[in-house]
This record gives sequence, structure tokens and C-alpha cells, in this order.
Amino acid sequence: MLQDMDPADVKGEYREYTLELYGVGPRKVLVTDEEVPYPDGRLIVSRTDTDGIITHVNRSFVVMSGYEEEELIGAPHSILRHPDMPKAAFRDLWATVQRGDIWQGYVKNLRKDGAYYWVKATVIPNIRGGQVVGYTSVRRKPDRRKVEECIDLYARMRQEEAAT
Amino acid sequence: MSYTFTVSPDFSPDYIAGWFVFNTWLQRTLETGFHLELMDDFDSLHNAIRQDRIDLVYANPYDAAMLVREKGFTALVKPRGGADEALIAVAAESETRAVEDLPEGARIAATDDPDVQLMGMILLEPAGLGKDNTVRVECDNYVLVAKRLLTGESDAGIFLTKAFDELSRPVRERLKVLVRSDIQVIHHYLMAGPRIADLHPKLQKALVNMGEAPKTVRILEQLKLPGWDPVDPEEVEFMIDLMETLKFSPA
Repeated sequence: MLQDMDPADVKGEYREYTLELYGVGPRKVLVTDEEVPYPDGRLIVSRTDTDGIITHVNRSFVVMSGYEEEELIGAPHSILRHPDMPKAAFRDLWATVQRGDIWQGYVKNLRKDGAYYWVKATVIPNIRGGQVVGYTSVRRKPDRRKVEECIDLYARMRQEEAAT
Repeated sequence: MSYTFTVSPDFSPDYIAGWFVFNTWLQRTLETGFHLELMDDFDSLHNAIRQDRIDLVYANPYDAAMLVREKGFTALVKPRGGADEALIAVAAESETRAVEDLPEGARIAATDDPDVQLMGMILLEPAGLGKDNTVRVECDNYVLVAKRLLTGESDAGIFLTKAFDELSRPVRERLKVLVRSDIQVIHHYLMAGPRIADLHPKLQKALVNMGEAPKTVRILEQLKLPGWDPVDPEEVEFMIDLMETLKFSPA
């Protein structure tokens, strides 16, 4: 179960959306226009089980998400889902890693305080004894030109999704 | 019965004598013959591992995947305190102030150390730079990486952070660090193979205890190691997953 975002946690003016999250259900998210720059040299690392439930986060993940580690462990990874991300991107991610392949893409993540940050994400299935036991996700600082391309691309994809 | 011990070729030549002393300690402690075979380069090391000639190795993070998942090695210990990190530096008088200032076609000096190269190229990604749009200037060691920057033969250099910090002060003062990695979980490991599986517990205990007796502390000091910490197998699996993730580059 993922709780709705709390207005008390959000800094500044915000917009409200209700996301329909796979395996979770509806979640109210509160979004501001504040971008938090990705810190130079850092890697954000997390692991989930096969259902997308967070089992491990590193210090950089905790700092950039704005949540406490205790709030993240046991939560679905979609706790970071930003409404500007098209659903098709995550469908592609899950289909790719469930096939046992590696997925890579640019992702806009939502923080607890309503701000956002862009990452270049790579997700790899963790295989132990021939079985997929979870997924590792590594995010690094993205090339800004790629981010600008994705802003336009994702907006078009969301329009198409809204129209169908 | 004699076994073979080797050390990842990214160690500094200053420590060669130290590794021979370590090997003598190893043989006395385990009452087992170990031959220390030092490789000239990573190709030689990888060939020896593929041919199952290695029983104990102070391994580079890049090689951990093959050792654990293909050759059945077990990580026994890691150096106490401090992970492997990389940095990007330029000449101090360079107009480059951030990696994003580096242009396509930039000449990047680096050693053949694969995990440092990997971390370094990740640090260059925010500039849209990768192996396809940069020119690699390969150097035999980090002193030569620095030299290429100071002579203007390279635009930027990739350093193991520890190696950069060990450069002489006059050299370091003529260089400018653009970015340092902060990955925290990439380590060298001392890894033992399946032929010496019965020695693993005794060896791990002896290594962890090296910091407790003056005689063994002196051996560690020759290698500039503060001590060894035991390793949880899942920690190594996690690092291998991370390295595999970082190696991925879509076609």
C-alpha cells in the first residue's frame, strides 16, 4: 500500500494528480516545478524484488528521493513515479527486464517534497542460480541534451496515451 | 601441492616487494605452498584465470563477475575502509571547468585498468561523451596520464582516485579535478578458488586478524592496507550486478 503524498511535505505551490500505479492502485501525487540537479559523480542505486518492492537503497538514493530509508524499504518503486513520465516507458522497462534483458532510459523522478530530478537509468535482472530474484537499478547524471529530447518525446507520448 | 597466487595488475610497482612478503606470510600461515605470479597486464591475468591456473587473487572489481560466476571463486576479504573511486582531471591552466565543457573528439588519457576506465567513462557521460566520440590515449600508469595532461597531449585524464592522491604534490598542483566519483560500493577483493575451498575459513580468519599483531601489521603497511574486513557473499553479488549494469551500453 502506497500512501498519498502529504501537502505538509511539499515545498511551494503544487499541482495535484492521481496516478494509477500498476500493482498498487491509485495514488495522489503533488508536483512542483522545482528541479533538483543531479549531484556530480554520484550513483543512485536501488534493488527491488520481482514485484518491484524496494529491498535496498544506497545513501544517494535516500538523499535524492527526499524520503527516509525506512519509508523506502518495503515500498513499491513507483513511489518515485512522476506524472510527466509516459506509462509506455515503464511498460517497456518491465517487459524488458522480465525477459532477462537490461533496460536503459531517461527518467524524471518525483521527490517526497514535490520537486523532481532527471536520471539516466539502467535496470538489470539479478540472476541467482538461473532464477531472477530481483532487479538492480542504477541511475547516473544524464546528458542535458538527452533530457531536453525526452521532455518533448514524453510530452508527445502522454498526449497519445490520453487520446486513446 | 603448490597453488598460484596473483595480484590484479593495477597495483603500484612500489608494492611488489610487499606482495612477496605477504606471500611468504601466506605460506607459513596456511602451511601450504603458494607461488606468487605477477602478471604484466590484464590480458595475461584473464588468460590465466580462463585456464584455471589461479587459486588466490587480489582481484579488480571488473574481474569479480568472471571469478565468482564462471570460476566459482569466493570473496574472502576486502581492504578496510575506502572504496575504489575514479576522477577526471585536466591541466590546471585548461579552460575546461566542468566535464560538460569537454568537446566531442576530446583526447582522454587513461590506463588499461578496466574498472577505472568504466567509472571514468560514466563520469564523462553528462558531457555526451563515450568511447565512440572520444580519442583514447592509453598510458602505462597514472604518472604518465598526468604527464599527457601537462604536455597538452590529452584534454582530460581518468585516474583512480587513490593513485591521483599519491601523485607528488607539484604534479597534483598543476592539475585540476573536474569531478570525483562517489559510488561507495566498488572494491577490490581477495578471492579464493574452489581448489583451495578447504582453506577458505582458515585463510579468512588469518587475514582479518592481520591487524592485531605488530609483525603482520608491518606486512600490511608495506601494501598500504589498513587491514582486511570479511565479506558477505551477497555484498559481492551486489557489486557484480552493479558492475554489469554499468558495463551495459546499448547498441
